[in-house]
Amino acid sequence: MAREPYLCDIRSPRVRAWEIAKRTFLWLLLLVCGVSMLYPLLWMVGTSLKTVDPALLLQEGESSSIFSTGSHLLADLFPKVFHWENYRAVFEEVPFGRYFFNSLLVALSVTVGQLVTCSLAAYAFSRFEFPGRDRWFLCYLATLMVPTTVTLIPTFILLSRLGLIDTYFALIVPGMFSAYGTFMLRQFFMGIPRELEEAAAIDGCGPFTIYWRVILPLSGPALATLGIFSFLGNWQNLLGPLVKINRDELKTLPLGILNFVDLNSANWPLLMAASLISILPMVLIFLLGQRFFVSGVRLGGVKG
Amino acid sequence: MKVRPWVATLFLAPNLLGFLAFTLVPIVASLLLAFYSWDLFGSPRFVGLENFRDLVGFQWSAEGGLTAVNPRFWYYLFNTLFLILGLPVTMLGSLGLACLLHRRLYGRDLFRLIYFLPSIVSGVGIYLLWKWIFQPDYGLINALLWKVGIEGPRWLESTLWAKPALMLMGFWGSVGGMNVVLYLAALQNVNPELYEAAEIDGAGGWRQFWAVTWPMVSPTSFFILIMGIINGFQGGFEAAYVMTRGGPAGATTTLNYYIYETGFEFFYMGRASAASWLLFVMVMIFTWINWKVAGNKVHY
Repeated sequence: MAREPYLCDIRSPRVRAWEIAKRTFLWLLLLVCGVSMLYPLLWMVGTSLKTVDPALLLQEGESSSIFSTGSHLLADLFPKVFHWENYRAVFEEVPFGRYFFNSLLVALSVTVGQLVTCSLAAYAFSRFEFPGRDRWFLCYLATLMVPTTVTLIPTFILLSRLGLIDTYFALIVPGMFSAYGTFMLRQFFMGIPRELEEAAAIDGCGPFTIYWRVILPLSGPALATLGIFSFLGNWQNLLGPLVKINRDELKTLPLGILNFVDLNSANWPLLMAASLISILPMVLIFLLGQRFFVSGVRLGGVKG
Repeated sequence: MKVRPWVATLFLAPNLLGFLAFTLVPIVASLLLAFYSWDLFGSPRFVGLENFRDLVGFQWSAEGGLTAVNPRFWYYLFNTLFLILGLPVTMLGSLGLACLLHRRLYGRDLFRLIYFLPSIVSGVGIYLLWKWIFQPDYGLINALLWKVGIEGPRWLESTLWAKPALMLMGFWGSVGGMNVVLYLAALQNVNPELYEAAEIDGAGGWRQFWAVTWPMVSPTSFFILIMGIINGFQGGFEAAYVMTRGGPAGATTTLNYYIYETGFEFFYMGRASAASWLLFVMVMIFTWINWKVAGNKVHY
């Protein structure tokens, strides 16, 4: 495994043939498994372009050999005629654009907030000496294992007492302070050599300048990792908005899609079109930030 | 670095204030609330341990003997644990995948992306997709089964098959994700000489896997297991809410969904808080057991 030879290193023809056969088999295995991993997503795309209208189906000559109705939904991955109008219908039936905007606003605000507050606190925890530092840090660590439902109920009560239910404030502000983010960035900052800061201090830089001009520029991968996870987590968060938001114009995408489900319970093509729109930003973030996923997770401090 | 106290305060304050207001104080408040009965509208009434008794307590009666006060809660705990059983399978899948992706096979980077993708896309849209996949009449799985002549079960509508269905979905969503990245990092750190030594001793590929790879990646497995169990205890809300509403007959209600239902649909704030603390305690106990039992078998 770790000492896998290059094919060109293998001299004996029999060993070489065996090695080629083995690699071909493994490659095919990887391919078949990979296709089956992708297949549900392809099916999602395919379904989103279909229709359930029996008249249209007949007109387009879709087969109906398997079940009496809706057969073409499963007969083929893609329909003969692509119904792009499904995507327009999603935006026309519910204020989907508004949901999308809300999700974007909330996810971006929370992400920026976390990056700012967590990196400031993480820098203080990693470099400053002040009374009670280690005790507070331990406090942060201790809360990492607490389930989110534990804090959800009192947070909900607090927000409703303050009259902040059904506001952007309720969606954004409670998420801006992550103990996990602080912990992760602190671990990363600990690994940055102190000589750089000492040099900057001799040049007359204050703590904030050092944080801004030395530490942050060196922490790109860690900040990107935290940012990506924070954005993804908030983009798809259902539970928080579900308990905090009732007004339609403040709903985020997960709630908006559920609204849409109530209106079109059995119209799978429309539901898949809406679902697909909701996951596109995640795919985009994934493609843009993929290299951070690999380097970034090592920051978690896994031994091994 | 020595700094003046106000400088440290300035750096720490934004995060610390939020941490206090939305994490630490709520945790304490939730613990207090667990001993009260409150429907959010009237005033809270102190009930002592009644909430806990209503969840995990037992009662004795002459005709029925010793019975649980709330058998549903135990059933939901069973559901939660049952769903966690998918974790070892997923881990083996991830490790197998990592071993494959570790080789110098053609298009390796593309494969890594493809396998990673399902773990990135998540949320309501994906749960809807799987609800559609498990749809008993036209869904993808039963359509495929039908093509090979099998009449598939009714998946999410069946008390027997609903949980396996959710486990299959979980497998798809996490087998190629972070686990693989962690395992790949671990495989890179294995000393190639160990394989050479094993080969000289006559170990085949299978034997090499169990004698070298498995012990050498055990710290990573341990980490994934602990994180998986912690997440597993807190899981199942979204799937239950979007796909099944906890049904059929409570078969997919996990503790997390039960807490949501109790707190935000029936407004038993006290009981929901008590349940969330029980969940927390269970997470801690299991993590501790893990640490003691699995931790000894980990090879560093």
